[in-house]
Amino acid sequence: MKNELTVFLLVFAVLLPGIGLAASAEDNYKTYCWQCHGMQGNGMGVNVRDMSVQPRDHTSAKAMRSRSDDDLFKVIKHGGLAIDKSVLMPPWDATFTDQEIHELVAYLRELCRCR
Amino acid sequence: MRATISLLLLFLSASSWADTGEQLLQQRCASCHDLQGPAASTLEDLWQRKGPDLFYAGVKYRPQWLRQWLQKPRRIRPAGYLYFQHIKPGEKHDVIDASTLSEHMALSADEARKVTEALMTRKAAPVQVKGDEFGGGSISITFGEMVFDKFNGCMACHEIEPGYGGLSGPEVYTAAKRMQSAYLVSFIRDPQAWNPKTPMPNKHTSELNIQKIVRYFHALAKENWDEK
Ligand code: HEC
Ligand code: HEC
Ligand code: HEC
Repeated sequence: MKNELTVFLLVFAVLLPGIGLAASAEDNYKTYCWQCHGMQGNGMGVNVRDMSVQPRDHTSAKAMRSRSDDDLFKVIKHGGLAIDKSVLMPPWDATFTDQEIHELVAYLRELCRCR
Repeated sequence: MRATISLLLLFLSASSWADTGEQLLQQRCASCHDLQGPAASTLEDLWQRKGPDLFYAGVKYRPQWLRQWLQKPRRIRPAGYLYFQHIKPGEKHDVIDASTLSEHMALSADEARKVTEALMTRKAAPVQVKGDEFGGGSISITFGEMVFDKFNGCMACHEIEPGYGGLSGPEVYTAAKRMQSAYLVSFIRDPQAWNPKTPMPNKHTSELNIQKIVRYFHALAKENWDEK
């Protein structure tokens, strides 16, 4: 019994710092994507005034439904050019882990309410 | 009575006069700027920072610019430090929420000199910066703009002249005036090495284009923006 408790506490102590390290998809979206895609994810960020290509409206089920999860993963990781889209959509491979990008893809699916 | 007041005033001014640059930094700047390092490694940490990190100021800034700016500071980041804390939804698109932005404190000429000296001793750069990173040379503003905007998409977040360009990042038309060329090259090459959680992406710009962009910054910095 005592041993089990020790094991439990040890596991907890090991996991706890990890919880603080991984940022949630929502926080990542706010920090990195709002600037162009907007606070509401509608493609109307603070930067759009002088942009020659408009950022994708992530709340549009119509536009987002045609993209597979793999497509979304690829464009976030490697940027617009990787899928023959605008250079204005940056690559984020130096910013996120693959795990964080997968979570962002899931978050985009929540925004568009589309699968 | 009057004598006491003037004595008191003399004492007060003398005490701030006697402060070293390091003391001024600790007393008046440390509440908003990290003077020690390291940079934020989590978003929670980043979000708490109230101003840009200064712990590698000695390899980032030009001392002449620091001295002048500290006496007469003007905004560098249109949407403030950490843009996402200073915006609100607007009619067509998100806009800057000016009510959340405040003016930067100004120093006297004497304080600015001392603080600049203290800042320039801070060289704890997270990255080795070689003095000869920037090869020099010149470029026309027209071609430079093509490299910066069309080929690399940097203008989405940076203004290339007052009122033109993106708002989430610092203005770049004064970049070469503010910062050392070697730092500019190094930061563009690997922004995350300087600030792991920076909102600026690594665009994997080629070494050739990085050189062209820094030449472009120098061309822009020659214009007199205050008069325009
Ligand atoms: C500098 C501005 C900018 C930032 C910052 C930005 N994007 Fe984009 N994004 C764009 C633009 C512009 C497009 C449209 C590209 C096109 O249609 O050619 C786009 C398109 C997209 C698309 C749709 C691609 C497709 O298949 O059509 C996705 C998904 C996307 N962005 C996700 C993100 C995520 C997630 C982030 C934050 C990690 C982000 N973007 C940050 C500018 C930006
Ligand atoms: C109330 C918080 C606050 C205090 C106190 C403060 N600063 Fe700042 N500082 C900021 C913010 C915010 C910015 C970003 C301003 C901008 O981009 O327009 C900034 C910008 C700067 C910059 C330019 C940095 C860059 O890379 O663009 C320098 C240099 C600087 N501060 C030095 C100082 C010094 C020296 C002191 C103390 C004498 C000081 N600051 C006190 C908040 C503060
Ligand atoms: C998605 C928006 C975004 C894009 C795209 C972007 N930047 Fe930035 N940039 C920023 C932000 C935000 C900062 C402030 C970084 C920080 O505080 O960590 C910055 C900082 C900088 C700095 C340092 C300036 C300073 O005052 O400290 C330079 C130089 C720079 N960017 C150049 C570029 C170049 C060149 C490109 C294109 C290859 C580019 N940026 C693309 C957002 C962006």
